[in-house]
Amino acid sequence: MTDVIIIGAGVSGAAIARELSRYERKVLVLDKESDVCEGTSKANSGIVHAGHDAVPGTLKARLNVEGNRMMETLSRELDFPFKRNGSLVVSFEEEGRKGLSELLERGRKNGVEGLCIVGPDKIKELEPDISGDVKAALYAPTGGIVCPFGLTIALAENACENGVEFKLDTTVEKIEKLPVSGDESGKGGFLYRVCTDKGCFEAPVVINAAGVYADVLHNMVSEKKLHITARRGEYCLLDRAVGNLVSHTIFQLPTKMGKGILVTPTVHGNLLLGPTAEDIEDREATCTTGEGMAKVLEKAAKSLKALPVKSVITSFAGLRAHEDGGDFVIEEAKDAPGFIDVAGIESPGLTCAPAIGVYVAQLLQGIRPAALKKDFKAVRKGIPSMSLATDEEKQRLIKENPAYANVICRCEQVTEGEILAAIHRPLGAVTLDGIKRRTRAGMGRCQAGFCAPKTVEILARELSVDMDRITKSGKESGFLTGYNKGYAESREAFVSMGKREEAQA
Amino acid sequence: MQVREMTCIRCPLGCALKAVTEEDGNITVTGNTCNRGADYARNELTNPRRMVTSTVRIKGRKGQMVPVKTAEDIPKGKIMECMEALRQVEVALPVKIGDVLVKDIAGTGVDIVATNHAE
Amino acid sequence: MRQVDIAIVGGGPAGLAAAVAAVTAGTPDVLILERDNKLGGILNQCIHNGFGLHTFQEELTGPEYAARFIDMAKELQIPYELDTMVLSIASGEEGRKVLTLMNRRDGLFYVEAKAVILAMGCRERPRGALNIPGYRPAGIYCAGTAQRYVNMEGRMPGREVVILGSGDIGLIMARRMTLEGAKVKVVAELMPYSGGLKRNIVQCLDDYGIPLKLSHTVVDIDGKDRVRGVTLAQVDENLKPVSGTEEYISCDTLLLSCGLIPENELSTGLGVALNRVTGGPFVNESLETNVSGVFACGNVLHVHDLVDYVSEEAKKAGEKAAAYVQKSGGQAASQDMTNMSKIAAEVSVTAKDGVRYTVPSTIRPGCMDDAQIIRFRVGQVYRNAHVSVYFDDKRVMKLKKPVLAPGEMEQVKIKKADILAQEGLSTITIKIEA
Repeated sequence: MTDVIIIGAGVSGAAIARELSRYERKVLVLDKESDVCEGTSKANSGIVHAGHDAVPGTLKARLNVEGNRMMETLSRELDFPFKRNGSLVVSFEEEGRKGLSELLERGRKNGVEGLCIVGPDKIKELEPDISGDVKAALYAPTGGIVCPFGLTIALAENACENGVEFKLDTTVEKIEKLPVSGDESGKGGFLYRVCTDKGCFEAPVVINAAGVYADVLHNMVSEKKLHITARRGEYCLLDRAVGNLVSHTIFQLPTKMGKGILVTPTVHGNLLLGPTAEDIEDREATCTTGEGMAKVLEKAAKSLKALPVKSVITSFAGLRAHEDGGDFVIEEAKDAPGFIDVAGIESPGLTCAPAIGVYVAQLLQGIRPAALKKDFKAVRKGIPSMSLATDEEKQRLIKENPAYANVICRCEQVTEGEILAAIHRPLGAVTLDGIKRRTRAGMGRCQAGFCAPKTVEILARELSVDMDRITKSGKESGFLTGYNKGYAESREAFVSMGKREEAQA
Repeated sequence: MQVREMTCIRCPLGCALKAVTEEDGNITVTGNTCNRGADYARNELTNPRRMVTSTVRIKGRKGQMVPVKTAEDIPKGKIMECMEALRQVEVALPVKIGDVLVKDIAGTGVDIVATNHAE
Repeated sequence: MRQVDIAIVGGGPAGLAAAVAAVTAGTPDVLILERDNKLGGILNQCIHNGFGLHTFQEELTGPEYAARFIDMAKELQIPYELDTMVLSIASGEEGRKVLTLMNRRDGLFYVEAKAVILAMGCRERPRGALNIPGYRPAGIYCAGTAQRYVNMEGRMPGREVVILGSGDIGLIMARRMTLEGAKVKVVAELMPYSGGLKRNIVQCLDDYGIPLKLSHTVVDIDGKDRVRGVTLAQVDENLKPVSGTEEYISCDTLLLSCGLIPENELSTGLGVALNRVTGGPFVNESLETNVSGVFACGNVLHVHDLVDYVSEEAKKAGEKAAAYVQKSGGQAASQDMTNMSKIAAEVSVTAKDGVRYTVPSTIRPGCMDDAQIIRFRVGQVYRNAHVSVYFDDKRVMKLKKPVLAPGEMEQVKIKKADILAQEGLSTITIKIEA
């Protein structure tokens, strides 16, 4: 019998799963997508915030600082890319100093260390290519950057290795609150039946980490309603050739004219610009817009002497889950004992994730204590990166498996060995995006033009399916539509495509 | 008198041709840089032809193809018929450049030849 | 460490022609390094005809054209390594270059070369670099990727296709997909003119009734999993979409043929200076880059329209690299300056007034052949215009051209005798005049 069902395999769900896997609990994670890290966790700034933004006393403020402190140790334990590069909140006006002071004060109350306000000279020293219009900045040496996929996948893999079961491609359709021992009042506790498109699962504890859908799930079992708004943020990613334009994360101080756009290096050396903030109705609308991209480029340009607009290699949009109350909602639902919400996890959610995991694990210990596992494996080894390896390491890996000498992705120099490792590990990749997020194959400047056919071929071979079955990101995102000659499969593909069109019409 | 303007496709120069058909059926071509251009214009008016390049399957090698072409141009109207016929073709290895893989494709009298080696 | 005279990075049309030329010119110790599993490069997937009219005076398909050069290379017993990736090139001792390579057989290994010929080709500009808004579903391919699927693997990347960009690969793929049973609904081109060869518009689009919409672009991509449709819109003279002209076109595939970018990551790692216009190295008359002993040819130097010109250019790079190795054993080539005291050691070649760039960008009169071809592209379509060549302020050539288009490479030939006759010449300028 399952003890805990976690709904959502984003960074929150994965962090909670990993923390719960320290205990003697049977944990099941459900996610509607074909891979972990497919929602908000895959499309954000990848920032480890210092913690000066959140209002003191909020859950956001507390978990931000805790999460920030945990990140470095965790990155060593779980082998994902993290860098404490420091951040600057810049102001283009002298009056901005007041706003910066407020942030400084807030940060100090939240327990952020090392904050100080710096003037133009120090800013120039820290960032030579920053715009000359910057008058002052709040410098936060504890700010950092992390690979959001790296973090989420590492947490999920480690949870999986420690016995947590993951059921992906599984959409929750209904949650039933069943009183134990037939007592409608629920005094004997509840059992939750989570019904999905792949069957029903039952457990006394459900953790709702469903991102922009967390309110929908919560409202299935509770009369005290939550309401989440999907807030779209659009980003532009620039080529590694210009990744060293800044070394710190550069935020713009919010003004009457609105919230600023950040400019930051990524842990992989690209330059990232974004996000916009736009409340939208459609919780699947992760599309970019012409206006959004224009706004990102226009506003980001303010922070730099010169923004190399032509170096954009891709753009993307993510949805943040904003709850009406403004703070994270991490608690047991009042009228649904055992149903724990982890809702409204918008920025700085990525930073907070490790702390959210611990917080929820402790919360659960208070409700249903469990013993610590004796054989918990805290350490997880990531996929070796040939492009980062020394020549000696390269030689050793190639000796271990010659596939490490076969470069598949030219731009990021990712080898077949790394792709094989991504497929054959706990929660291995089954899609092209899955390979991309685990190895960076296709992440570079050609955006998979050269390597996609080869990666599709390797996936098909290793998963023993036809190439037609390989998708970009699950469901109907197939890459190919059959053979071009008279194979039977080709005709079938034709027929099934036709059917799909009919169904859509 | 009928006038038709066209772009020559005989070579990448892409000359702008003008073909004038007189009442007596005589065709004069201008704008061409070489004789092939004049031939092209006359053919376009009377019997347009194209070379077809495609691929055929290899026996026992799913997902591997041999590139092929028609050894000469075929009538434009026969292109799709030629493609349909190629759909049914499966060749045995090895194949060398220039090997005739199909004789008289789609009744055109033109053969299909391999344009690459495969082994 | 393995030592060679000339290492050639890339076994496509440029690398093959350069290798054959270098060996023929008396430097047999060359090594071709190819990352794919066979020689021939992109020609292997270019199964259409139209290659070789200049080089062989007959019309060949891509694989046939490649095979001619592969046969020559094999005849000359030119060594090559397949499935081998060059990871980096660094400067070594005495002007030599050290290449770091990797393959399954030898693992990580190094080759030291007296000269290097860069022949890595180019890649396609992907969707991300085009700033097309919308979703990021499956079904968006660069035309060359689709070409590989259809021609090499016999797979269909889609059934209902919209093509953005009228570059030659896009045009060729419009026909190819149609022949294989797909429906190509439209080719949209941002510019008011096509980026491809005129003949390809006739034989790939007109022949099959595929519409070409100039001054149009994709402003939205629909479909969360797989492409479901795209929105096209007309663009104004500033290339900005005109609101109200949007048109939704349902399709499952968007092919992109929006330009090619020379692949110069290895070059920049070695300190080779690149021309921002072409994305390729600056070279002199010998196709030598600013790094002595490093030559470039083919699409890594500038994107060509015809492979025949690639072969011709690569032949020169091969010969000059051979001469470099023979003359100096690795030292910079010395100029033959006899009776040339009044001539500048280096003349710059510049592009002006409608000419976007020139290759080469400098000429050392002492090192040049009897005649020098200068290749260039124009920035817009011109009708009944002239290509003029100036030696400093003096016009020395005015060639009438009925049509000049950005999709087609142009060339002029400059004679060494003319350069020598012009005392104190410092700049050759190519420009378009009415």
